[in-house]
Amino acid sequence: MSSTLRVNPIACDGHGLCAELFPERIALDDWGYPIVDGSPIPRPLEQHAQRAVDTCPVLALRLERLTRHDR
Amino acid sequence: MSVSVSRLLLGLHSDGRPVRVDEHLHLHGPLPAPLDRRSLLDAVERSGLRGRGGAGFPTALKLRAVAGGRGRKVVLANGVEGEPPSGKDKVLLRYVPHLVLDGVQIAAHAVGANQAIVAVSQSATVELAVLQNALRERAGADRVEVRVAAAPDAFVAGEETALVNAVCGRPPRPTATPPRPFQRGVDGRPTLVQNVETLAQLALVARRGPAWFREIGTRDEPGSALVTLSGAVGRPGVYEVPLGTPLLDLVAEAGGTTEPPRSVLVGGYFGSWLDAPTAFGCDLSEASLGAAGATLGARAIAVLAEGSCALAEVARVSRYLADESAGQCGPCVHGLAAIAHATASLTQAGNVEGKLRIRRWLDQVAGRGGCRHPDGAARFIRSALEVFADEIALHARSGQCPGRDLRLLPVHRRHDRKAA
Repeated sequence: MSSTLRVNPIACDGHGLCAELFPERIALDDWGYPIVDGSPIPRPLEQHAQRAVDTCPVLALRLERLTRHDR
Repeated sequence: MSVSVSRLLLGLHSDGRPVRVDEHLHLHGPLPAPLDRRSLLDAVERSGLRGRGGAGFPTALKLRAVAGGRGRKVVLANGVEGEPPSGKDKVLLRYVPHLVLDGVQIAAHAVGANQAIVAVSQSATVELAVLQNALRERAGADRVEVRVAAAPDAFVAGEETALVNAVCGRPPRPTATPPRPFQRGVDGRPTLVQNVETLAQLALVARRGPAWFREIGTRDEPGSALVTLSGAVGRPGVYEVPLGTPLLDLVAEAGGTTEPPRSVLVGGYFGSWLDAPTAFGCDLSEASLGAAGATLGARAIAVLAEGSCALAEVARVSRYLADESAGQCGPCVHGLAAIAHATASLTQAGNVEGKLRIRRWLDQVAGRGGCRHPDGAARFIRSALEVFADEIALHARSGQCPGRDLRLLPVHRRHDRKAA
């Protein structure tokens, strides 16, 4: 079972810490809001993803387990 | 030969007064004794009815999803129609309110609701009054009590989570999903949010059955639908036609074009521009318009004439859509504002990079909101860049426009200022 990152765009305030902590999967748009690559995160990178999630000041980022029903 | 049909718009009075309840029952017959819930849902499924609010979701699936939830349900009839180029829902509410209210009762029965709300924009004062009066006419005859709610005048108020918030007394802003309203809606209860035209169609299906419903329309998109036609046509207005009707036939029915047509906006402000020959080769179905790269949406269609400045129209609507952002998501707030500003600048001479910048920003806003507002706005503007490429190049070379701003595409008055 793998996991993927999801951002709640309503909660996100564009602090941008996630992109600094996990540039492998998170870029910033021209206004400083995260563009999250939603593809499954390989096991070795999961720790980095979790750190980005934990650091978000407004809890807008989540690491979701992919079930076999997901893409 | 006329392509219009009169299913929903049966028996309209020439003086514009609404069809009274006795007249309504005379025209359509009484509502049949309620079928058991399963038979009703099966009939809706066999009819092939899809939502008429724009997304086209199969109505039977939606009814079943709500019916399958826990506890008592709520029906929320969506008559908000915040989109300026669309007038079909207001026509239904104003002239045939009882068909909508019948549909509310049937939907309530189908999902097991004991509460129903009909939501209309607060500026639609005539429709609100007609509805209240229609409810008085029916007093005692309905199984489920219906409340009329006035929603704030915002483009986004018609989005289903925003509408739930509006009728619960909160600001009309979308919320993050899931949960969707069919899971948790009004007062936290499973809520059927259904466009008023869909409900009116449901009232016809309940009376006449699925086979009758399918007698017109296409196999995959059966039935009739209301279309709001505006712009350079002889008689703009709301028409009821079978789905699959050639657009050219509808335009002919509306008195033809008043000037040589340049392009057609299909699907409203979340829709797409098509050049006139392409559009007039399409019929009014998702299948046909989808093949041309457009969507039918809530069937608001505007014909733009050769003599009008397309870029002025596009810039005005872009500004409107940016202003109508609910203001919650960064990419929508900042992105649509930047795009609107850049779109207005496309009329300036020497602006050769504007289009590239807009394209970059469109890629950055699409799919990045809590609701579909940025996606719809991006589709509208992206298709304009394609279809009006020659106009954009001409403005960039000379700053001259051979056309005039005819202001064919309406925006609500508070937004109606000259594009920068």
